Amino acid sequence: MDTSITDGGSFNASMPTSPGSMINQYKFDEEDEQEDPGAKDIFITVDNPESHVTTIETFITYRVLTKTTRSEFDSSEYEVRRRYQDFLWLKGRLEEANPTLIVHPLPEKFVMKGMVERFNDDFIETRRRALHRFLNRVSEHPILSCNEDFKIFLTAQAWELTSHKKQGPGFLSRMGDTVRAVAASVRGVKSRPEEFNSMQEYVEAFSQKMTSLDRITQRIVKEEREYLEELKEYAPTYTLWSGSEEELAEPLKGVASCVDRCFQETEEQVRQFSDTLAPALHEYVLSAETLKAVLRRRDFIQAELEAKNEALAAKRADRDADPRERGVVWQSLLGKDPEEARQQRQQRLTGEIHELKEEIDKLEDRMEWANNALKGDWSRWQRSMRTDLKEVFITTAQKNVDHYEKCLAVWESFLLSMRSEVGDINQPSSDDS
Amino acid sequence: MADAEREDAAETDTPNSSDAKEKNVISSMSDESGTLLRRMEITVAEAEKRTGKKAVNMQETYTVYLIETRPSAAVNGGQSVAPDALWRRYSEFELLRNYLIVTYPYIVVPPLPEKRAEFVWHKLSADNMDPDFVERRRVGLENFLLRVASHPVMSNDAILYHFLTKERGWKEVVYDTGFQAKADSRIRALNATFRVKNPDKRFMEMKHYSDELQSITSQLLRARARVADRLYGVYKVHGNYGRVFSEWSAIEKEMGDGLQSAGHHMDAYAASIDDILEEEEHYADQIKEYLFFAEALRAVCRKHELSQYELETASLDLTSKRQQREELATGIVRTFSFKGMTTKLFGQETAEQREARLKMLEEQIVEGDDTVKEKTSECEDIVSSGWEDMQRFKEQKDRDLREALINYAYMQISMCKKGIQVWTNAKECFSKM
Repeated sequence: MDTSITDGGSFNASMPTSPGSMINQYKFDEEDEQEDPGAKDIFITVDNPESHVTTIETFITYRVLTKTTRSEFDSSEYEVRRRYQDFLWLKGRLEEANPTLIVHPLPEKFVMKGMVERFNDDFIETRRRALHRFLNRVSEHPILSCNEDFKIFLTAQAWELTSHKKQGPGFLSRMGDTVRAVAASVRGVKSRPEEFNSMQEYVEAFSQKMTSLDRITQRIVKEEREYLEELKEYAPTYTLWSGSEEELAEPLKGVASCVDRCFQETEEQVRQFSDTLAPALHEYVLSAETLKAVLRRRDFIQAELEAKNEALAAKRADRDADPRERGVVWQSLLGKDPEEARQQRQQRLTGEIHELKEEIDKLEDRMEWANNALKGDWSRWQRSMRTDLKEVFITTAQKNVDHYEKCLAVWESFLLSMRSEVGDINQPSSDDS
Repeated sequence: MADAEREDAAETDTPNSSDAKEKNVISSMSDESGTLLRRMEITVAEAEKRTGKKAVNMQETYTVYLIETRPSAAVNGGQSVAPDALWRRYSEFELLRNYLIVTYPYIVVPPLPEKRAEFVWHKLSADNMDPDFVERRRVGLENFLLRVASHPVMSNDAILYHFLTKERGWKEVVYDTGFQAKADSRIRALNATFRVKNPDKRFMEMKHYSDELQSITSQLLRARARVADRLYGVYKVHGNYGRVFSEWSAIEKEMGDGLQSAGHHMDAYAASIDDILEEEEHYADQIKEYLFFAEALRAVCRKHELSQYELETASLDLTSKRQQREELATGIVRTFSFKGMTTKLFGQETAEQREARLKMLEEQIVEGDDTVKEKTSECEDIVSSGWEDMQRFKEQKDRDLREALINYAYMQISMCKKGIQVWTNAKECFSKM
């Protein structure tokens, strides 16, 4: 972790003083494998969802608790309440300020599948966990965590946040951005660097795979739930039977109890799938969409740059062109002196060319910044994807092992009780798998 | 059918005699001394498809089963004697069983395996020609023969011996016994509703128990089939993980190997359910046997009711005839009779007529007395022999089902062990991601 970025000192988080140097340092940091956990200096929790009812709407707010030793924060502890819309706003601001950085995804606005209501407890809990992860990931990001809006989000009281939100770039300027983006996407990128092409391919494939895994996991949860329904009906048949028997009553009750215990263990196992694995996979489905958007935004910048370069070339060609090929005849028809007209045009073009060159310089800086930011964040993203998914797969596998071990113990204790009743029982040869 | 081996039972010296499923020897049979099974080894070795002509030029396909017999003495003496063999169809087994039911009405006659597959879950075939069904039926038929041949009473039956040893002409011999007529009248009688005044309490309790057993085992089998169906779904969906992990591994560098091998384990997990559920079918068959046994038990109770009813009817008839004689002899009318009424209305009958009637009554009383004696003896037979056989059945049932439940526990344990193995392996692969 590059400590110079988190060093509060003279650093102003909202405006990088030297974008080039900062990004270059960020790029070198992609060699670091692990971020030092001991260096974590900000802890954020999202909890305590509460319902708010107004005349117009009902919504949920969450408590956001921040504890930090960072010097850019005036205090070491903050407690605020935020609603989902506020998170959306923050994400938007982070992406605007850093269009080619990869921001951790937010949970979706509402769930389409099934009959989940917005105020359903499970839904709120899943969302709360995702919001918690979101803020923590942002706080761990070397550049994003220094963002001024992020700080305000964590610290400002509700009315302060509302007024700050109003100060942001207005509707018109956001419209302008959208128009430019659309124009850029229509224009397309002429020569995308190879590494971004392979990123694009990877992201397409990754997105597909994550979507599949997400769907498969949902399906497993559904099948397991239906299995549990049937299992619930199965155990009682043994209990019922035991009521009609004498000698067999004990073994039958034993089997009933085993099936019942396994039922409970399976409920646990399903919970792991639906509470841990499914949300993790789903988050990476959303993350893939973020990656696509980031690549698109990078492309926009490049498309703009290419367009401007083309315009520059055209104007230069225009300026250096043979005056006879130009509309001198037209000018003379209007009664202008050809030589004067030509000089006027030359001057105008030179001015325009100069302006264009300045714009292109700025754009080229921006392009370099964006490309480096993306490259740096790309390896960062790959590392955390690997860590996250590896961890959740290992946990799930372990949970499954635990489940089977518990069920195994249940049936073995049943056999033990059977053995102690009679003495010697012959075991079938198919005992050991 | 239980899979445990017992030292007493007829065993071959074939190398796969330890394969419990093929041996099909039941612990409850081993204790019978002097039964056919002691002297002779019986197996239903194979099943084959045959086509033959039915009526009206229609071809039919049916299955025949090879019954092999060998004198135990020869086997135990270490000689390798070729078994006698003959082929029988399912319908011939049915004929044998019908004969036994009629001939030994107070015996709980073992059931045949089901004619058509019931309690199937969707993947299991309901087709009678399906090889798995045929195989399970083969085992069931062998089980039937072994049970009959080890029964203290039935094993001595000549028709049974003939069935096992002479292929041709058996059907004619069976029909020659005239059992068919008895069978028809028996069915009619048992289906009739009649009220018994003094049934044996123990038999009534047994009848009640047989009803409960039938009901509860069907419920259990239905529930089990539904559970099996659902479990199948859960396991198979995991196979999709295998496919997607494999595809995903192609786009990952560091994670590729771990994902790929984890995917293989997911495939193995999905495939494992087939064997697991096939084994469980054998357990289901064991329960099914007792579902059908319940009917046989009920039949014995009904037979008692029938014979008790016939006895009561015969006694009542005898009593009424005695009373009529008394009235005729003394002239005192104590009971209402049609004859008495007409006599009053139309005048006294003549002395000759009275004499004739008295003589007829005397004959009828003698007959009736014989009938009552006969019925009493029959009733006592059924009560004592029937009760004895029901006790034998009860002990057999308790042993067999206890063993079945223990086997079931072993199956569950085996399934858990497989699960532990797969997920432990998968976890290892994930750790290498």
